[in-house]
Amino acid sequence: MQLHITPGDGAPIYRQIIDQVKNLVAAGRLKPGDEMPTIRALAQQLLINPNTVARAYRDLESQGVLLSRQGSGTVVADGGSPLAPGERKRLLTKQVDKLLTEAQHLGFDEETVIELIKKRNKKRSGEDIS
Amino acid sequence: METVARITHLTRRYKRVTALDDISLEIPKGCVFGLVGGNGAGKTTLIKHLMGMLRPQHGTVEVFGMNPITDPEKVLVRMGYLSEDRDLPGWMRVHELMRYLRAFYPNWDPEFAEELREQFQLDPHAKLKTLSRGQLAQAGLLGALAHRPDFLVLDEPSSGLDPVVRRDILSAIIRTVADEGRTVLFSSHLLDEVDRVADHMAMIYKGQLLLNAPMETIKTEHTRFTAKFDGAPPEDLPGLLHQAEFNGEWTLLCHGDRDTLRESITQHGGTLLEEQEPSLEDIFVAHAGAPLQPSEA
Repeated sequence: MQLHITPGDGAPIYRQIIDQVKNLVAAGRLKPGDEMPTIRALAQQLLINPNTVARAYRDLESQGVLLSRQGSGTVVADGGSPLAPGERKRLLTKQVDKLLTEAQHLGFDEETVIELIKKRNKKRSGEDIS
Repeated sequence: METVARITHLTRRYKRVTALDDISLEIPKGCVFGLVGGNGAGKTTLIKHLMGMLRPQHGTVEVFGMNPITDPEKVLVRMGYLSEDRDLPGWMRVHELMRYLRAFYPNWDPEFAEELREQFQLDPHAKLKTLSRGQLAQAGLLGALAHRPDFLVLDEPSSGLDPVVRRDILSAIIRTVADEGRTVLFSSHLLDEVDRVADHMAMIYKGQLLLNAPMETIKTEHTRFTAKFDGAPPEDLPGLLHQAEFNGEWTLLCHGDRDTLRESITQHGGTLLEEQEPSLEDIFVAHAGAPLQPSEA
């Protein structure tokens, strides 16, 4: 599992980890029951302080995204948890807002955006585009 | 909080220059302590005191509760040290250095040392003077790590090194603290690295301690507000470290409780437009009133 962090002026490192894990879970690339790397291993992989990883894991646990099992590490929590759908919608809303802001900057109206979404979606599912 | 080292009112003067000006700080056990400052700020002088290489002119230095000057055999044997100039005898070969150091440290782990040597790809027969800058740093790092010191002290470990060796350094720091109870202090002007691995930070400028706090606190207690005022912001705005104006908007870098500062600005007639967490570089500049001078890259 590849996580990337950008130290410095971006979001705090622990938050970058949280967002990425959530994104991976929402995209299905991390499935319920998947084992997370140990705090120590992830800290080594990302070259960051283990406390930062611990903090991210703790937050993700309290949000129901991860589950820490006594003595056997941390796993992705069961996607049936009530938080998961809300979390997924929140993430998608963030992307929609970004798209709308961009569209506005570029001078496109809502109808054009919707048309473009439909068009691209068709292409993704392999149908013909006229 | 258990401390691994304690420095109290440490002062050092060289003729007209004050290298350390009444410095007091504690290094908590198990932390990664980042000592940040530019060239000549006093970082190396401070570190040399911890290593028992300098005797305090004024003030006290304690490591593991002992005086490194009077009890070097008890203190230094539990410490790992990488000096800025890597100070290793050029004529020695890598395997000779390893044998030499083994004699000093009862805790020297020859298997671990060999593992490190292989990881760093150091030719055991190479003379130290033939090593590149990066390899010399790796040799020094090997010497500092192989006896699994309780307190690892690195003076500008990354300076002048390529990204690959830098990763080795960061990796060594993390591995050390991931082993419970072990502590790392490293001095640096590379704030990206400090940001990644330090959980405690002290900023030093011209021998003075500007800031000394857990990393988390430093980040949550510094805020860059952008606000509009009728005219200029009041001079007595509490916590204000630095202000700048651009296009009628004022950028205020403040130190203190974020909510309190926010209210204070509004109470002083400001309209808040934006709120951001400043970078460590910004924080340093705001406290020092000057940029962090980089050593040569």
